[in-house]
Amino acid sequence: MLHLRVAEPMRECEYSQISTRSSTPMETPYKKRTPKRRKWQAFPGRNKFYCNGRIMMARQTGVFYLTLVLILVTSGLFFAFDCPFLSLQLTPAIPVIGGVLFVFVLGTLFRTSFSDPGVLPRATPDEAADLERQIDVANGSSSGYRPPPRTREVVINGQTVKLKYCFTCKIFRPPRASHCSLCDNCVERFDHHCPWVGNCVGKRNYRFFYMFILSLSCLTIFIFAFVITHVILRSHRYGFLNTLKDSPASVLEVVVCFFSVWSIVGLSGFHTYLISSNQTTNEDIKGSWSSKRGKGNYNPYSYGNIFTNCCAALCGPLPPSLIDRRGFVQSDTPHPIPPTNGTTMYGSTQSQSHMCDQAQCIQSTKFVLQAAATPLLQSEPVILTDEAFLPGRTSLGGSCSGALPLGGHPTPPTSTPNLSCDNDMLPLRNEQSDGLRHHHTDGCHHHFLTPEEAPSPPGMLPCVSPLGHSHTIQGFYNPASQDSLHEDSVRGLVKLSSV
Amino acid sequence: LPPQFHNLQELRQSPSLATKVFIQRDYSEGTVCRFQTKFPSELGSRIERMLFEDTVKTLNTYYAEAEKVGGQSYMEGCLACATAYFIFLCMETRYEKVLKKISGYIQEQNEKIYAPRGLLLTDPVERGMRVIEVSVFEDRGSSGSSPSSNVSSGISQR
Repeated sequence: MLHLRVAEPMRECEYSQISTRSSTPMETPYKKRTPKRRKWQAFPGRNKFYCNGRIMMARQTGVFYLTLVLILVTSGLFFAFDCPFLSLQLTPAIPVIGGVLFVFVLGTLFRTSFSDPGVLPRATPDEAADLERQIDVANGSSSGYRPPPRTREVVINGQTVKLKYCFTCKIFRPPRASHCSLCDNCVERFDHHCPWVGNCVGKRNYRFFYMFILSLSCLTIFIFAFVITHVILRSHRYGFLNTLKDSPASVLEVVVCFFSVWSIVGLSGFHTYLISSNQTTNEDIKGSWSSKRGKGNYNPYSYGNIFTNCCAALCGPLPPSLIDRRGFVQSDTPHPIPPTNGTTMYGSTQSQSHMCDQAQCIQSTKFVLQAAATPLLQSEPVILTDEAFLPGRTSLGGSCSGALPLGGHPTPPTSTPNLSCDNDMLPLRNEQSDGLRHHHTDGCHHHFLTPEEAPSPPGMLPCVSPLGHSHTIQGFYNPASQDSLHEDSVRGLVKLSSV
Repeated sequence: LPPQFHNLQELRQSPSLATKVFIQRDYSEGTVCRFQTKFPSELGSRIERMLFEDTVKTLNTYYAEAEKVGGQSYMEGCLACATAYFIFLCMETRYEKVLKKISGYIQEQNEKIYAPRGLLLTDPVERGMRVIEVSVFEDRGSSGSSPSSNVSSGISQR
């Protein structure tokens, strides 16, 4: 039924009609079944997301709410019961300072808890395969014995550091990164997983964490000191028992603060030490850089002096999040699509929408058959437009009737014809490079373009006039190649093999 | 089935024609973002060594600029701390600005140098800053893999 012939435009259209009709009923369910998903919805780690991906926390958040309640209640009671007396008797600066500390504590707590600690996105399938190949080559592939643990050694500032392979994320972990089993993510400069803030503490939120515990120590000591002062001053006037009757909240505050002070101030001191020596909790606990391990063992990341270490940890540049939580999931394409707007600037490697595979296969098949059906001559204005496939077919047919090799739609190197074929398609192309594969209601060859357009991103190719086309394309893309049609079929094959 | 379907099924099982070369991170100077400048052998026939190394070195310079612990980063850090980090809600960090510059640079490099040679660079930020992914597209003119050319010429001859 499918004839591969030297094509004349009309025949090709007929052929296309036949093949597309059979697949149209299958296309429609895919259109409906693939709503836009944000990347956080497809995130492979065990994290919880709120506010449409803006907030990221660990799975267990119960202890975080406890922390929040303790801080709010204690501070609230302080402002309500102790501050009026103290501001009158001593100075109104007390509630002001207390207020500032309180806001700072909450701000840093939320920053620590809600931000991305420095999660490393998992490897794309291509990367993972490439690594596997390298490992096999290094080990000497043999199936008889258990392969040795996958490590790589690297020398950093004279110290040998072992990089371990993470089987979950399929990457070699950068130095200082570690895999958090609670969140199931590899985190850069992993410090520890803190249940009190409900998140991992890593490269991106360590300074917030440190400022949080520091300011919380200050707040705790502040409240503790001034509640004691309040009780003492009041007891002088009204007696101790009356004081307790008048402001019972003070007792609660003292108890909470007393027990918190030891742990929080202790923790602040510990982290001050870690920062000044540029270590992570993880490294300290394991004794990675301890001199007990060996004579020549030292911390290769330390800058040498305490001041620089502190500055680097607290005032260093803040790297942006590598997991693009609020971007949209793009379908798995064999070729990367460069960003055209801010949404997908920091792409995720976890595009898991394999929903369109069957449709992709159908398209690729048609594409290859069409490409193969045309002779390997560019001068012939063969139009392979799958016009029946698309709602706006008549407009396309008209616009593509200019002499263009292949009608250009499936082919990356000749995709310029597409651009100039119909000027309206330029902005549409930009849109679709966001990865909206099946959201075409206008007459543009979205599903052909999106997977294949990657080698020639929209911004890249100039919109040339149709006349100067074929020469420009060939000259632009590959000076040596003479048969871009052949390349089209090659691309079709690429698509097929990627399905 | 007509012969062309048979060929397509064979094609589906054949390996992908576009390969990807991954430039890994260079950790010899610590955790700063740096990529290995060693020229991969798979690109030997496609691009001149100097051009490629220049690109990687420029990228490394950009990343070093982004991660530099110096006067401007201290100012930014202290200001942010003073505002309890609320300032990050409205201000773009220096790192983000440099990443945008890098993005523009990579696009420009792709347009000018890599696309004409059938290559494409992916911004490392889209790969978690782990690798520079270089997509290599099959070039009919070069001594590429023969199965593809045989098969497609087989189809076209029908």
